[in-house]
Amino acid sequence: MNRDPKIVAFLCHWCSYTGADLAGTSRVKYSPHVRIIRIMCSGRIDTAFVLKALREGADGVLICGCHPGDCHYQSGNDKALKRHIMLKQMIGQFGVEPERIRLEWISASEGDLFAKIVDNFTEQVKNLGPLNWKETMRPKSGEYHEQT
Amino acid sequence: MARNEESRVGVFVCHCGVNISSVVNIDKVVQAASQQEGVVVAKDYKFMCSTPGQEMILADIKEHKLNRIIVAACSPRLHEETFKKVLFTAGLNPYFFQMANIREQDAWVTEDKELATGKAISLVTGAIRRVRLHESLPTREVDIKPGVLVIGGGITGIEAALQIADAGHKVVLVEREPSIGGHMAQFDKTFPTLDCSACILTPKMNSVGTHPNINLMTSSEVTDVSGYIGNYDVTVKTKARFVNHDLCTSCGDCMEKCPVKVPSEFDEGLEKRGAIYTLFPQGVPNKPVIDAENCLMLIKEKCGLCEKVCEPGAIDFKDREKETSITVGSIITATGYKFAKPSILRDYGYGIFDNVLTAPEFERLNNSAGPTVGEILLKDGGKPQSVAILHCIGSRDKNFNEYCSKVCCMYSLKFSHLVKEKTGAEVFEFYIDIRAAGKSYEEFYDRIREEDVHFIRGKVGSVTNIPLNDEEKGKLVVIAENTLAGKRLRVPVDMVILSTGLECSDGVTDMTRMLKLSIDKDGFFIEKHPKLAPTETATDGIYIAGCCSGPKDIPESVASAQATAAMALKLISKGKVEVEATTSWINEELCAGCKLCIGVCPYNAIEYDEEKGISILNEVLCKGCGTCAATCPNGAAMARHFNDQQILNEIEGVLLS
Ligand code: FES
Repeated sequence: MNRDPKIVAFLCHWCSYTGADLAGTSRVKYSPHVRIIRIMCSGRIDTAFVLKALREGADGVLICGCHPGDCHYQSGNDKALKRHIMLKQMIGQFGVEPERIRLEWISASEGDLFAKIVDNFTEQVKNLGPLNWKETMRPKSGEYHEQT
Repeated sequence: MARNEESRVGVFVCHCGVNISSVVNIDKVVQAASQQEGVVVAKDYKFMCSTPGQEMILADIKEHKLNRIIVAACSPRLHEETFKKVLFTAGLNPYFFQMANIREQDAWVTEDKELATGKAISLVTGAIRRVRLHESLPTREVDIKPGVLVIGGGITGIEAALQIADAGHKVVLVEREPSIGGHMAQFDKTFPTLDCSACILTPKMNSVGTHPNINLMTSSEVTDVSGYIGNYDVTVKTKARFVNHDLCTSCGDCMEKCPVKVPSEFDEGLEKRGAIYTLFPQGVPNKPVIDAENCLMLIKEKCGLCEKVCEPGAIDFKDREKETSITVGSIITATGYKFAKPSILRDYGYGIFDNVLTAPEFERLNNSAGPTVGEILLKDGGKPQSVAILHCIGSRDKNFNEYCSKVCCMYSLKFSHLVKEKTGAEVFEFYIDIRAAGKSYEEFYDRIREEDVHFIRGKVGSVTNIPLNDEEKGKLVVIAENTLAGKRLRVPVDMVILSTGLECSDGVTDMTRMLKLSIDKDGFFIEKHPKLAPTETATDGIYIAGCCSGPKDIPESVASAQATAAMALKLISKGKVEVEATTSWINEELCAGCKLCIGVCPYNAIEYDEEKGISILNEVLCKGCGTCAATCPNGAAMARHFNDQQILNEIEGVLLS
């Protein structure tokens, strides 16, 4: 059990981030362990972002985009879905439980649902215990992307 | 500014009155921020978005030579633009800014003060790490094409189109029915003034039909929209009408001869129309169309009577569906509503008993141009002695529409008055609450009460024709509970009117996709801001008016139409608009020419340059989703303002504490 899990959530600007804002304006309470990072589209999620988050100490990573067919950029969420499947396999091969990452569709009106998903995912990550990848991997910080 | 220039960050934490400060310990956030590398000043203030707040930032930029700014406050969706302007005023590039959302995504969603404070510190730290890598981006300006597209020809679309056209600008008004007019054309009287709907609407319809600046496209639907603010390319599909409107003289001979009889949509099925028909006699354009699904000539090549009687030779059975491409600078969506038809209607005998009507059906029954020439009659032609009006059918109901449709109470009161006036029948209004908020609405309610209408507070359970006594024989019996008296009631009546609510009109899903709009849980379009930008949307240059964003009465619809017209005119008079500079770009030196980005780009903005052997990105077409950047295995495709290193730094920052 991990009482104080660290969770990073990547939310697309158009639907999911708006949905998360709605949870706020409606004063829906949810687990405060999540740290939201805004991106323009779920299609922007680079595998490197998820790995970086896990490596920097996140115990779980949540990715939220618009519902299928609703992506502001037509099809970014399809790409996110495909990449997500690959990502799950990939972290599995690294010995990380695939349940530590999750992809969800949240529309701009689903503030409630966003809160529920965060709570549910937080519970799941808590039960998996701390990941501590930072300790076990011991990478040199910034190494992966230094070429850019 | 060069990348390696030392970054001097200013962090400004907002209390938002007590909205943030009652949960987040502001002092601790300021303290933590001031210890971060690169931070020169960290301050807090009650209302950072107010003029003194903005001036404080401005003064600190000058005094401390700040070149990167963080505001930790509400959502960037609310005030990012406000603060970017402050940077601009200070002579800084507006992209040297980042907001940390510690209100909507922290203080408002957490009660645990300690964790909320920790979360705020994390978000601010992420923002600081990120902003240090922000790059100066040039502002891009695009020209605004002068035309405006208005979708939907109800009172809202009509008003918006006329306002813009009267200002001297071109409008294309697209309506899917054969005539404009919308629901308002179906009504006889409007509340609370009881003025004649047609008398106030038809002059406006005629102005649309004859206005030199309005291109009216009826029987038409928008099928594709691409582009961006100032430059929308739109495809409009016009159904085959089989009548050449340039030749047609509107004599009406064809309609008299047509042997087909099908239920009229405009009359809510209470009357029949031919296969060649006009939507209603005062329609604009007032020329008939042939409905291909019911025309005998078009189905089995038998008949052709209309063609024979048409003197000018306007009938053209070879007519085909047409596609038209137009370019406009902005789009006003006025797609309106439809009356709900919830399954619960059957519980009230709708579709089972003769004299159970929905509200729109009653509107037609009562209309002087309707099937009974405005007489309120029972199916058998008799006059009703008693009428029940049932409020909130399928509205304010968890199983159907949870929301209040706003207009039903008022139109129900109007119905009461009309029934009383025309038939003298006894009227029973079964209501949950009477909602009469609006100018002169409460007074109208008072007036109806004085007309001896029985108001019974309580929801009706069902309507039956099984009598329990002689009085109920041959009647419709309304079974309800009077919640004020705590009594069960059985009220025998001759006619039942079901006051159904408003729902977003059909086809909204297609509109959502084409225009990149979002819909709320009730199916209506979401405004850019519910209070401060109620007619704007998340997509620049696309505006929403009337009931497509939620139930409205006529004055509100007209006001919103005028508001959207002002938005569109604002763009036209500016002539240019600044657009986001946050497109992607491809570093030619890193590109290996693998073409993966080309495949994932939804806008065909990337092309392969055979000569150089690399991919080239067209920034005019790019909308900045960043999918190419996520796909490029070499890091050559990069998303401006959301580049890898900026996001990686933010990740590091939010996980630091
Ligand atoms: S914009 Fe939301 S997933 Fe693409």
